[in-house]
Amino acid sequence: MSAIETRVERLLADYAGTIDDDQLEQWPEYFTQDCVYRILTRDGYRNRWPAGVVHCEGRGMLGDRILSMRRANIFEPHWYRHLVTSTRLKAEIPASEGGGWRLHSNFALVRTMQAGEQSLFLAGFYDDVVVEQAGKLLFREKTVVLDSNRVDTLLVIPV
Amino acid sequence: MNAITEPNGAAAMEWPDAGVSRVPFRIYTDAGIYQQEQERIFRGEAWHYVAMELEIPNGGDYKANYIGDTPVFATRDPQGEIKVFVNRCAHRGSLLCIDASGNKKDFTCVYHNWSYDFDGKLKSVAFRRGVRGQGGLPEDFDMADHSLHRLRTETINGLIFATFSESVAPLREWLGPRMTSHIERIFNRPVKILGSYVQYLHNNWKLYIENVKDSYHASLLHLFFTTFGLNRMSMDGAIELSVSGGHHISWSKMASDNAAGTEYQDGALRAMNTDFDLADRGVLKNWPEFPDGVTHAIQGIWPNFIVQQIQNCLAIRLAVPKGVDETELQWVLFGYADDTPEHDRIRLMQSNLVGPAGLVSMEDGVIGSFVQRSIQQDGDRSAVLEMGGREVESQKSRVSEASVRGFWQAYRGLMKL
Repeated sequence: MSAIETRVERLLADYAGTIDDDQLEQWPEYFTQDCVYRILTRDGYRNRWPAGVVHCEGRGMLGDRILSMRRANIFEPHWYRHLVTSTRLKAEIPASEGGGWRLHSNFALVRTMQAGEQSLFLAGFYDDVVVEQAGKLLFREKTVVLDSNRVDTLLVIPV
Repeated sequence: MNAITEPNGAAAMEWPDAGVSRVPFRIYTDAGIYQQEQERIFRGEAWHYVAMELEIPNGGDYKANYIGDTPVFATRDPQGEIKVFVNRCAHRGSLLCIDASGNKKDFTCVYHNWSYDFDGKLKSVAFRRGVRGQGGLPEDFDMADHSLHRLRTETINGLIFATFSESVAPLREWLGPRMTSHIERIFNRPVKILGSYVQYLHNNWKLYIENVKDSYHASLLHLFFTTFGLNRMSMDGAIELSVSGGHHISWSKMASDNAAGTEYQDGALRAMNTDFDLADRGVLKNWPEFPDGVTHAIQGIWPNFIVQQIQNCLAIRLAVPKGVDETELQWVLFGYADDTPEHDRIRLMQSNLVGPAGLVSMEDGVIGSFVQRSIQQDGDRSAVLEMGGREVESQKSRVSEASVRGFWQAYRGLMKL
């Protein structure tokens, strides 16, 4: 395992922990200011459809997602447990293209509802572009590719 | 009001005397009612959306879907004609097209290789003459008796509809002039798919359709616009119903005054009456693309098809029943083939407003299940639909349940309730 894979594994563990522990106000801090975060379905990814389930550009939009969740959106209380595995380096990105690394990781996400019902809510992979800024690894791009085209009920907590 | 179960298992019920201003809860939970809907609505006197023409551009292309519980597929034959068949082999009843979409030279069942042409005619049967003179089909087996079930099919501006009915009026006549013109308004030129997904709902399909037709819940349940001070309660608008009550259009003009529209347009509008504000107003950027000034138009085509314009976010939705208490909500987001990169970008950003993670509308994914869970008992109690009166009529105010009552008027007619 290369050094960057080990470092990104740790980054993903911290990222997932921040979401699973409901520290969502800190979630945007894992991204660069000019980031792209999106959630695509399997068909969307294959067909290169631009619009997925979520499309955020920049930390501001990420924060707005959390603000909307906290203040505006209505949903039943529920929690996630991310299981992230198989992180592997796909490419080193040349400095002329902004530098950094492209990595794939698998994830499964267990959703627990307030009544106790637990289900495998989502599974898929992260297609990440990670850069180092001031000694810290950040996501410049995070594409969440779902294995399914279907989302159960609604998706409000980030993945 | 009494409900009885007839010997054949199909539940019969009497509608409350108050008419369509009351909806008995049993209507959302009863398996007998569900079965009657399959026969009288989904296989009855109505047209049903199946696919978009652009999903099957070439000869041999097909796209599978459902009309109610019945699997169907739309295909374009080698001559270019669009046809819809029940997706079921005439031999043992297996699904014929297993992949959701693709391209075929013929339709051959994977089970025993019965093979059909693009007219649905059985053309060949494996081992028809047996092997070495043993087995095989009887001499008098008539291939012509074993065709696929072909449905009446029509298209309107790139949308493919089919019906089991031999007697229902032609599609445009069935839609009526107002509903037809609205479809022609949205599908006025070639479109392109921007995205597609399924949202799975844990409620009866009718609870979702009622939600779509109820325009007044929007400013109460969906707090995104209100919270961020973007509400437009006083917009010009109306609810228009078809004669049957089954189709509707709810439309509004975001800003009667152009100044406010401009503020929206450049994303500079400040939050009003609220401490909250979005850091990035990109999701609200829009442009007035229809000359009539209508910025929001939701069209419900009987029974379960929706044409959506929310600002520049265009979509179709199909609410497919999956048993009495589950619904598969299919979404297809689209733009126009001649959209500029700027148009593409605005539609992409607005796509955040809708769907399972829609900032404005995600609540619609769960509200129906809140009802479904609470009405498992008390089936003879009723929901109340008196906003905007008790009539089925077009109205200027969208603070109304008139189009929901219209749905039930059409429903009672077809269901003979």
